[in-house]
Amino acid sequence: MTVEEATQLLQAEFGLTVTGEDPKRVDPLHLVATGPNEQWVEVARFVKERLGCRYFVHLTAVDWKADGFEVVCRLENLEAGLGLTLKTRLGTGTSCPSLTGLFRGADWMERECYDLFGIRFEGHPDLRRILLDQDWQGFPLRKDYAVDTAHEPYR
Amino acid sequence: MADAQARKVIEMGYGGNERLIMNMGPQHPASHGIFRMILTLEGETVVAVDSVIGYLHRCHEKLAETLTYVQYPSIASKTDYVAAMTSELAYVMAAERIGGIEVPTRAQYLRVLVAELQRIASHCLWLGTWCLDMGGALGGGATVFLYCFREREMVLDLFEALTGARLLYGFHQVGGTRYDVPAEWAERCRQTVNHIEKRLDEYESLLEGNTIFLVRTQGVGVISKEVALEVGISGPLIRGSGIPYDIRRHEPYSSYKDFTFDVPVWESGDCYGRYKVRMREFRESIRIVRQVLDGLPEGPVSSRPGVKSVGQVKLPKGEAYARVEGPRGEVGCYLVSDGTTKPYRMKWRGASFSNLAVLPWIVPGHKIADVVAILGSIDPVFGEVDR
Repeated sequence: MTVEEATQLLQAEFGLTVTGEDPKRVDPLHLVATGPNEQWVEVARFVKERLGCRYFVHLTAVDWKADGFEVVCRLENLEAGLGLTLKTRLGTGTSCPSLTGLFRGADWMERECYDLFGIRFEGHPDLRRILLDQDWQGFPLRKDYAVDTAHEPYR
Repeated sequence: MADAQARKVIEMGYGGNERLIMNMGPQHPASHGIFRMILTLEGETVVAVDSVIGYLHRCHEKLAETLTYVQYPSIASKTDYVAAMTSELAYVMAAERIGGIEVPTRAQYLRVLVAELQRIASHCLWLGTWCLDMGGALGGGATVFLYCFREREMVLDLFEALTGARLLYGFHQVGGTRYDVPAEWAERCRQTVNHIEKRLDEYESLLEGNTIFLVRTQGVGVISKEVALEVGISGPLIRGSGIPYDIRRHEPYSSYKDFTFDVPVWESGDCYGRYKVRMREFRESIRIVRQVLDGLPEGPVSSRPGVKSVGQVKLPKGEAYARVEGPRGEVGCYLVSDGTTKPYRMKWRGASFSNLAVLPWIVPGHKIADVVAILGSIDPVFGEVDR
């Protein structure tokens, strides 16, 4: 699987544009593709099965303030040396389909993302806070959450 | 009547049909940090495990958004605090990728040198504590533990002479390293690795001839290739499951391509396989350390030697994912820059976090005592799990 093949397949199947992480330089281990939220699971399944990216690296999100949240997931094909960062914008909402049906590693990563960003992963079997207390108020990695926000004393 | 009731109680207790929920942790000597496992038991067999993490959460990712590229590297060492050199390196590499910042060859070599010494120190800690967990059968309780700590201290002494700190270094900076090696240090380093290399044979002869060690590790906690990939485990765990994934070879960074070394792989996927991989990694690290010391070029140690003020490094807009092969696996840093002196977003991909997530897939079916052996073979550091 080369960069050209991967680019062509994703273009033909979903109409996605694949670029380098740095637009000026295309590195096969650091490709980026942004897809629509509705097709998030389909794209990930395609990348896993057809592009051979079976290694789950990480999943996280970025808060772009007025532009909403962006979920970021990195998958890798270890044999071919192909690393792809998938992205999707959530628009005004906080809901994203879950990848737990495809990757077991998505379980904890999505829980962490929910914990710190408040993004609801639809279809996750056990979506509860993982790092913070279950009764924590607010989502710390959102940009509107001030660093010095007071919290309840620990019990 | 009384007899019949008593018999009933006994039947329920030993019938094997009842389940018991047991807490292991948060304060448990085998967890090497604060970690709670809620085990569901049938007799002594674990049927389900729910991991509770986050006791050490400091929200490094939020903290990084408030600190500049000059300030944060020394804080990065607090994520994986027993391998501080590697987490610092991941962060500064991400920043260098975004900014296209050159790193002088001498600095690249020094980065490799400290990363490999760190791997030796970290594996010493792993071996010692793991053998301590598995109890007195292994050479009389604390023997291996104390041996390993003795050798680890030697490496920490080297780091102290280099940076002034024993555990949390602040050695790396964007553009290079902060310190150069002091006089006579290289010779001391050579003596230390020679000494440790001899000791490794001693450890192996203590353990590999020990039937109890073999019984407790062979066939215990087997991770299949499919689970390894899907969960995203890395480092000695994935190589112990037969997948030759090592970032130093997969995506060579910091002049690793200049050195000759092997990537140890073991097919079995059990605790013993992970042990074998790590023991061979000790020797590969020593091999690399010697090559670095032999070939260390002259020159500056940083392309930005004058970086003193906290706002002096400013990166263009962009994003990068940089990863290094830490002692526990892929330590990744996903950095998004908005063109200022501080990151817009920073994500730690902690190797221990992903490695620990494999527990629910391998622990069920084992006895409680095996949980300790499996946890030790995963070698999690909770500073990195919780961040």
